[in-house]
Amino acid sequence: MTLRDKLIWAAVAVVGAIAFGVVALSRGEPINAAWLVIAAVCIYFIAYRFYALFIARWAFGVDPRRATPAYRHNDGLDYVPTDRYVLFGHHFAAIAGAGPLVGPVLAAQMGYLPGTLWILIGVVFAGAVQDMTVLFLSTRRDGKSLADMVRSEMGPVAGAIAGVGVLLICVIVLAVLALVVVKALVGSPWGAFTVFCTLPIALLMGVYARLIRPGRIGEMSAIGAVLLLIALIYGRTVSENPALAGFFDLSGPTLAVILIGYGFVASVLPVWLLLAPRDYLSTFLKIGTIILLAIGVIIVRPDLQMPALTKFVDGSGPVWAGGLFPFLFITIACGSVSGWHALIASGTTPKMIENENQIAFIGYGGMLMESFVAIMAMVGASVLHPGVYFAMNSSVGVIGATADQAAQVISSWGFTVTPDMLTQMAQSVGEKTILSRTGGAPTLAVGMASILSSFLGGGAMMGVWYHFIILFEALFILTTVDAGTRALRFMIQDFVGAAIPAFRATESWINNLIGSALACTLWGYLLYAGVVDPYGGIWTMWPLFGATNQMLAAIALTLCTVILFKMKRERFAFVTIVPSVWLLVCTVTAGLQKVFHADPAIGFLSHAAKFSAAAASGTLVAPAKTLDQMSRIVFNDYLDAGLAGLSVAIVLVVVVYAIVDIAKALGSPKITAVEVGGATAAAAE
Amino acid sequence: MTETLTSRARFVCEAVAKTARLMVGVPDYQTYVEHRRTVHPDLPVMTYEAFFRDRQQARYAVSKGRFRGCC
Repeated sequence: MTLRDKLIWAAVAVVGAIAFGVVALSRGEPINAAWLVIAAVCIYFIAYRFYALFIARWAFGVDPRRATPAYRHNDGLDYVPTDRYVLFGHHFAAIAGAGPLVGPVLAAQMGYLPGTLWILIGVVFAGAVQDMTVLFLSTRRDGKSLADMVRSEMGPVAGAIAGVGVLLICVIVLAVLALVVVKALVGSPWGAFTVFCTLPIALLMGVYARLIRPGRIGEMSAIGAVLLLIALIYGRTVSENPALAGFFDLSGPTLAVILIGYGFVASVLPVWLLLAPRDYLSTFLKIGTIILLAIGVIIVRPDLQMPALTKFVDGSGPVWAGGLFPFLFITIACGSVSGWHALIASGTTPKMIENENQIAFIGYGGMLMESFVAIMAMVGASVLHPGVYFAMNSSVGVIGATADQAAQVISSWGFTVTPDMLTQMAQSVGEKTILSRTGGAPTLAVGMASILSSFLGGGAMMGVWYHFIILFEALFILTTVDAGTRALRFMIQDFVGAAIPAFRATESWINNLIGSALACTLWGYLLYAGVVDPYGGIWTMWPLFGATNQMLAAIALTLCTVILFKMKRERFAFVTIVPSVWLLVCTVTAGLQKVFHADPAIGFLSHAAKFSAAAASGTLVAPAKTLDQMSRIVFNDYLDAGLAGLSVAIVLVVVVYAIVDIAKALGSPKITAVEVGGATAAAAE
Repeated sequence: MTETLTSRARFVCEAVAKTARLMVGVPDYQTYVEHRRTVHPDLPVMTYEAFFRDRQQARYAVSKGRFRGCC
């Protein structure tokens, strides 16, 4: 490092430290979002330069002369050596989704500080390390998937258990993300109209790129984008016309059924017709909007109205149940650390890496970008008046159904807000009400609409921006739902196929229909249960989602640790041991609390006990209105407890296997990791 | 000076277009054609249309290790 480099890095460190100090220490008066952004960016640069490169060089021992799978299997299709900037874009587009936008918004109930700290510390020491390590390991194994790596390095039993874990997280992710869409579109004709319009638009694009101008991605996407904007603007007209609005003014259960049906149809139809064009549209919209949001936050530099800490750090918050530890650390999953990324980092990216020395840039760097998206989401939620934030994110059961009741309840928490503010906000974004729009997406949409409209279009554009952000989130969540349903279908076929081999044939139409129906039933049931859940669904289900997602991250990091030991690099294994242990502590504590906690607000079993005891004596407990609802609540409690308990069991079994493997690796004098390629393999061939 | 600027701008535009295509699972067609010509000169080369269909099908093929965007 030259003196000039040293001075530059010292300057970055000083600026970052000052910004971080302002974020962490200011109390009372609102701080500017710019401090948050500067602190984050400085931390990212320093972490990349001094931690990611250290891990790549010393912990992994990356070998720039070793041929990557892209060269050894080059076929011009799946395995292609790809420029690192192009591949970075591909990788980021694959990992970026709704997770980092929703988690931070929900975490803001404790104030902006706890969530921000976890996003920054989590990404540097856990999330980005996981993504990069899995990418490295998969690159050294011809792009093997996570489950395959667990199988080959830790044995078939651990592999099968990890496979069940992946299936479980897939079901829960689909249900919870679909729930976010439902919550955003309930009783919103403008939003529902625009999102439904994406279907005919996608069909048109699909036909265009298949039959009219085959393969012209740019043209079809441009046509789709223009039609989408027209639908967005025309949506206001629809919402203001009572005759038309009636068709799109839908209840939660209706929307849930429509979504489940959509997932089934998209999974069964040929991909070029519906799934692919929607995917293209949502990918480009996603990247474009993320860039737009970043520009908006940097230009407008709004003040954060949310306090640094609220009184809800004690766990009494209305948005989700549970205290700061362990629930904050599972509420923000994506953005800090996300197990889902381990599946992506062992997918297509390792097959295209040009050189091992680019792994830090793509794996660690890509995750830092995702973390930045999470910071923007935190800014979006914190620029709102806290009263508006809590009105949007608390369920009807907590704040009541009218603006008067809501304002009274929220003011009693110490966040003074008037009914006028709530109704005015709803009017300015073109909705009937903003109360209890849980799920994070609408909150972010209001926050971002207020930022974007202050430099593009002014107050008159507020409604358009709000529905644009809703559309953007709904579009790419739906893309996850349809692609995820297909992936789930395959996993189910694989599992059931172990018993009935004929079911494995993925080409068969009957298998396709049965598999898709099973997949939709699994996540659809959870979604429906969440929608009719009187607590609003998000309150119960988001912690379950976070816990399983972090559980997968814990499994991935445990695998990474085992392999580092098998590579005889145990001296550096702390880079994955530290985040593994932290995630294990968080997920196991959270999982056990979700099952056994004595407070019915947190523990599923005590909640079930409370309701079944009441049902036995024939009394109704709010929010249930019939005995039938009471028994449904009890059943869902047992189901959720089972899912949470299963997650904990899976992660603990994997850890036991890992400890045995590590002991074996320490006892062996040789390297026992099973790698493909490299000098030894080349010599053996 | 202007020439290097325009060529540089063209290079950036091409890189952006390549990135955008790869984001939706379609790798660079020219690279594929060159690969087939140099490594497998005896084998047929798909037209762009066939290449696009093949890649589209592969991206959504129900198979292992293909997950995208949750988080």
